[in-house]
Amino acid sequence: MIDFVGLYNYWIVIFLAMAGLYIVIARGNLIKKLVGLNVFQASVFILYISFGKIFGGTAPIIEKGIKVYSNPLPHVLILTAIVVGVATTALGLALVVRIRQAYGTIEEEDIHVQDESM
Amino acid sequence: MSFLLEHLPALIIVVPLMCAPLCVLFRGKNTPFIIALAATWFALLCACLLAGEVFDKGTIAYHMGGWPPPIGIEYRVDALNVLVLLIVAGIGSVVAPYSRSSLLLEYVQDRAYMFYAAYLLCLTGLMGVAITGDAFNLFVFLEISSLSSYVLIALGFDRRALTASYQYLIMGTIGATFIVIAIGLLYQATGTLNMADLAARIPAHGYDRTIVAAFGFLVVGAALKIALFPLHQWLPNAYAYAPSTVSAFLAATATKVSIYILIRFLFTIFGVKFSFEVLPTGIPLMTMAVLAMFLPSIVACFQNDVKRMLAYSSVAQIGYMILGVSLVSVVGLQAGILHLFNHALMKGSLFLVMGALFYRLGSCHIDALAGAGKRMPWTMAAFVGGGLSLIGVPLTAGFVSKWYLILASLEKGLWVIALLVVASSLLALVYVFRVIESAYFRPAPTDAPAAEAPLSLLVPAWVLVGGNVWFGIDTSIPVELSRRAAVSLMGFGG
Repeated sequence: MIDFVGLYNYWIVIFLAMAGLYIVIARGNLIKKLVGLNVFQASVFILYISFGKIFGGTAPIIEKGIKVYSNPLPHVLILTAIVVGVATTALGLALVVRIRQAYGTIEEEDIHVQDESM
Repeated sequence: MSFLLEHLPALIIVVPLMCAPLCVLFRGKNTPFIIALAATWFALLCACLLAGEVFDKGTIAYHMGGWPPPIGIEYRVDALNVLVLLIVAGIGSVVAPYSRSSLLLEYVQDRAYMFYAAYLLCLTGLMGVAITGDAFNLFVFLEISSLSSYVLIALGFDRRALTASYQYLIMGTIGATFIVIAIGLLYQATGTLNMADLAARIPAHGYDRTIVAAFGFLVVGAALKIALFPLHQWLPNAYAYAPSTVSAFLAATATKVSIYILIRFLFTIFGVKFSFEVLPTGIPLMTMAVLAMFLPSIVACFQNDVKRMLAYSSVAQIGYMILGVSLVSVVGLQAGILHLFNHALMKGSLFLVMGALFYRLGSCHIDALAGAGKRMPWTMAAFVGGGLSLIGVPLTAGFVSKWYLILASLEKGLWVIALLVVASSLLALVYVFRVIESAYFRPAPTDAPAAEAPLSLLVPAWVLVGGNVWFGIDTSIPVELSRRAAVSLMGFGG
């Protein structure tokens, strides 16, 4: 039981990752797919942030009396990954706008039907 | 001069990276093209100098900003990644002049500077993945190259290019996120991101569940980016509908760099012992490689769009490279790395020829090529040259790597695999011959255009075809580099 509670963050990570991947696979709406992708990426952000956390630790600032602080490196790394995630989402949404202009729909099945009928 | 030489590993990345925004700032008529051309040729020069240095002195370690690892980011150039750098910079500098006369620029019109900016960013990202010695840095460069390649693919003339790019974006992001999960788990287990450090600390840490999970995520993530069968769904559409310039560049470089990632992690970081002895990775990889050699080849035989056919053929050729890796021997790895180099030459040249044909005929459909052999003899001759290399005819580069692959299979006593390599080459013969049959043995429609493609498109294509023949006859440079890379990857010193 203690293990389960101690690994609480990681259970959330697994749940979010699976939920995100499921949305990407199961939904035909291109925007919803991007949302799923974002949920999946968010799970990785939480994974990294959990690595750096130390119980009782504070922010990594050098001050008198502070001995225990969280590992800042994973937090910095994931900041980079968040930026990459934002760029991916922006590009994905831009593509969806262009797809909508070209096909008049953002449903995967409708696009498929239009491609087949050409 | 010696100052410049000392900083070559940084310059090869920084110069193209800085030139990308310059293209956007100086958006005159010709300036972006000249900047891109100068940057890619400079990168090729750097890659050649680095290759010379690695050839003479062995591995080069460069500390970014003078910070020693593991605190700073290290760039590490050895025989394996200098070969990848040569491929990327070489193909990049052949494709850059080609892009100017291909129809692409007329299509994007006054946004040509954006094309060159994305092109340079893609080049930077791919070279960065190859050169870096830091696992997280590798992810960042991978995403730089992926994001810019989604943009490049979406430039295609057909609206299906947009959906292809979107598909690639979804699959590519999942792949890259898997890789970043793997890197995170490795960091948590070992407390370092430097590749050399990781390689030293993983055995000391022991092969617990964290490392095994990291390994799984990495292999699947890399396989997605490689388009290893059956994770290849994004590739055929992306290469078929992207502009030919982009297809040539990406087909020759992007998947190769992803294979580099797989090789680097399996052999250098996790180590041969863990990857292939503790975990049974060899057999599944080999199974997928053999399936990849056959099923996409068979699909390729039934494609009527030649670019799509070549794209399926790329998936099949990736099978050969992974087969080499999965044999886990010096000769096998050498064959895989050699094929990486040779396939870049052949697929690059074939896609460039398709661009030249498209320029005149306005289509890549196999029926549109009817009679092209008589009307555009030089263009079609280049296709035949690249095609022969793809099949693996002696005196072309394709033969050399298949020869090594067969040698490696026989060395392991797997004569069935050796036979399969030969059998799948026959499939390549079928689909290449379909194109040749249409171009040479069918009468052309009367209204077909009768001119050769412009020289500015033909010369780059012929440069790569020439490379196929050159490296088919004088094999010393790639064979020696790949042998050294294979020996050091297998952990026999050097």
